[in-house]
Amino acid sequence: MLSLIPLLPFAGFLVNATLGRRLPKGVSGGVASLAMLASFAVAAAAVRRLAGLDPGAFAISETFYSWIASGDIAIDLAFRLDTLSAVMVLVITGIGSLIHVYSIAYMHEEPDAAFARYFSYLNLFAAFMLVLVLGSSFPVMFVGWEGVGLCSYLLIGFWFTKKSASDAGRKAFVVNRVGDYAFVLGMLLLLAHVGTLDFQAVARAVAPQAPETGFGALSIVTLLLFIGATGKSAQIPLHTWLPDAMEGPTPVSALIHATTMVTAGVYMIGRNAVLFSHTPDVLVIVAVVGAATALFAGTIGLVQTDIKRVLAYSTVSQLGYMFLAMGVGAFGAGIFHLYTHAFFKALLFLGSGAVIHALGGEQDIRRMGGLRRELPITYWTFVVGALAIAGVPGLAGFFSKDAILFETFARGHVVLWIVGALTSLLTAAYMFRLVFLTFHGTRLRQGSGEAASAAPRDVDAHAHGGGHARDHGGHLHDAPPAMALALLLLALGSVAAGYVGVPHALGGGNRLHSWLEPAFTASTATVADHETADDAADDHGGGHGADATRLELNLMGVSSALALFGIGMAAWFWLGRRDRAAAIAERAGPVYRLLLNKYYVDQIYDAAIVRPLVALSQVGLWRGLDVRLIDGAVNGVGTTVSAAATTLRRIQSGSVRTYAGFVLAGVILVLGYYPVIEPIVRSMASVFAWPMGR
Amino acid sequence: MIPLGNYLLVSAVLFGIGTAGVFMRRNLITVLLSIEIMLNAVNLTFVAFGRQIGTVDGQIIVAFVMTVAAAEAAVGLALVVALFRHRESLNPDGFTSLRW
Repeated sequence: MLSLIPLLPFAGFLVNATLGRRLPKGVSGGVASLAMLASFAVAAAAVRRLAGLDPGAFAISETFYSWIASGDIAIDLAFRLDTLSAVMVLVITGIGSLIHVYSIAYMHEEPDAAFARYFSYLNLFAAFMLVLVLGSSFPVMFVGWEGVGLCSYLLIGFWFTKKSASDAGRKAFVVNRVGDYAFVLGMLLLLAHVGTLDFQAVARAVAPQAPETGFGALSIVTLLLFIGATGKSAQIPLHTWLPDAMEGPTPVSALIHATTMVTAGVYMIGRNAVLFSHTPDVLVIVAVVGAATALFAGTIGLVQTDIKRVLAYSTVSQLGYMFLAMGVGAFGAGIFHLYTHAFFKALLFLGSGAVIHALGGEQDIRRMGGLRRELPITYWTFVVGALAIAGVPGLAGFFSKDAILFETFARGHVVLWIVGALTSLLTAAYMFRLVFLTFHGTRLRQGSGEAASAAPRDVDAHAHGGGHARDHGGHLHDAPPAMALALLLLALGSVAAGYVGVPHALGGGNRLHSWLEPAFTASTATVADHETADDAADDHGGGHGADATRLELNLMGVSSALALFGIGMAAWFWLGRRDRAAAIAERAGPVYRLLLNKYYVDQIYDAAIVRPLVALSQVGLWRGLDVRLIDGAVNGVGTTVSAAATTLRRIQSGSVRTYAGFVLAGVILVLGYYPVIEPIVRSMASVFAWPMGR
Repeated sequence: MIPLGNYLLVSAVLFGIGTAGVFMRRNLITVLLSIEIMLNAVNLTFVAFGRQIGTVDGQIIVAFVMTVAAAEAAVGLALVVALFRHRESLNPDGFTSLRW
């Protein structure tokens, strides 16, 4: 049953990859979407079965065959659906289905072959992502981990005839390589140290041990795994690929670069909660990196002018939140935020896609404005998404963000809490800056057709180069039905998704938390030794003290106030008089430029790593090693043989008598060896005492 | 009985005459004849050794060599005739077109 979940999208991939170019768009898009929906149905049925199981054995396992068996190493190709992967599987298939449906409308201008290619990649991605979350051991997870990386590369560079898109795809691939390398090293070290790579077995082996205080082998393992996670999940210092990944089609950004693939790192840490809990030093690193990334990306998001890039930095920032939660040991809160974030970030991306679609490829928010009246569905759903991500009480983001901030504060990480709260303010501010600049005010009308052609660098121009705006004589059209459906359902989710995790302080049951809890503990381990993983449960459990409740309510008040203040700030700057924002930017010139240039990280990497590497490759490896040494050796053999042949061929004179002479000379030499030369050699051998074998 | 050494001496002299003929004569037919002399020198050693050891192996080999020599002479002479028709010459040093 579990195998069907990834196999259905894979079947969709096979259909579209083989027959796609001959199928009409309706069929290839329909096949892909139906495959996802069927996968969602199977996943829902599986989760239903899981929920009905006895809490002691809260998982469904399926082993297909023995994959690697060598000495003591035995790795099965096996899937395991527990409460954590259940959440992931539902998010991937559910939101994935909506994005597939949305894509049918969004990509309709592509030629049939490209359309089918798009959907085959999208289905392949879903299949790999499901393998990633269902795999019961590191190697199976790694198959999915690399597979989604591949699909991400293919989809970022989907419009590969455009240089910036193919560059962005390459960048994503190479940056991920760095993380994946560390991930593999971590995996191997874990194998050497613990002797197994099965998640359950690792947790069982580690659970009885005391947490590692020094920076020992387990800490190195988790640190390497975390470096892998920073690559996949775009955390400092490997975050640079994600904003560039916005070169891909917008639904791809929504599916891969906002909701699913980039959360794989968070999921991986949650999956190995027991292991990570035993290396508190690394958890501190995780928390600090997460908080730093959250703040860092939030500040950049405040000044970017490309609608998708703002959302990309917002994603990086929110992923930082999730890592912050993981780092302070609040695994449940981190996964909760992952889950709510999937709804509202997918919604925001799809909303931005609808805007881009309507404007014929325009992505610069400075050239938008006033779209509120023309695109009402997009506007209202976008506002819901923005309110949710800003953390306005009652919406999904409020509950999950609050859980993270509360857990951070309650565990004594006050500095990290301040960073988190500040980021929450920034989140509200940049999201509503986006809303106000895009949908409010007035649009700079230069004639819509011109607007599209005046921005040749703009990303989706390739897809929507014709521009709807021109077709409709300046009248913009709102999201078509397929897109509107996805937007509305996601808006619904952005409102409602948080209610599975209403904290005790607000009289809720925090059901998601107790649902996830078994996944963060070693199932059959003795209960005594995993306090860290259990802390969350204790804090939130039955004995929820009045003090903690009061604290949580206070913190909620603070973060809600910050969210509202952020929205107010955005309104002050960008709703009414935009010259205020310009004036501030003017006054804080250096800071503004620093943010606009994303802290010059790309430039620093370019100067410190890319250029030296390119120079080394060109001068040292290419012109030196390859051209001189390797080509030299190969060509040298050739010229030597050729020169020798030129000399030696003169022996072939054509005269039969000369040949006969050679034969005679040969006979004389061979026969003469024994009576003449051999006695000489033999006597010399006796002089120098060589051993002569006979 | 004539000792083995005498046979071998005669054989070596014959072989030397044949070799000299191959390298020195300017007529292809004479060269072929010289080769025949070399073959027969070898035949003589075979028979002589066979007789010395007391087996017929040497004589059997000689029968084979004669057969091959007859075939060789037939083919060789045919080639000589063809070459002469082609070039009006039988000087072996003139035929050097099969070269680099």
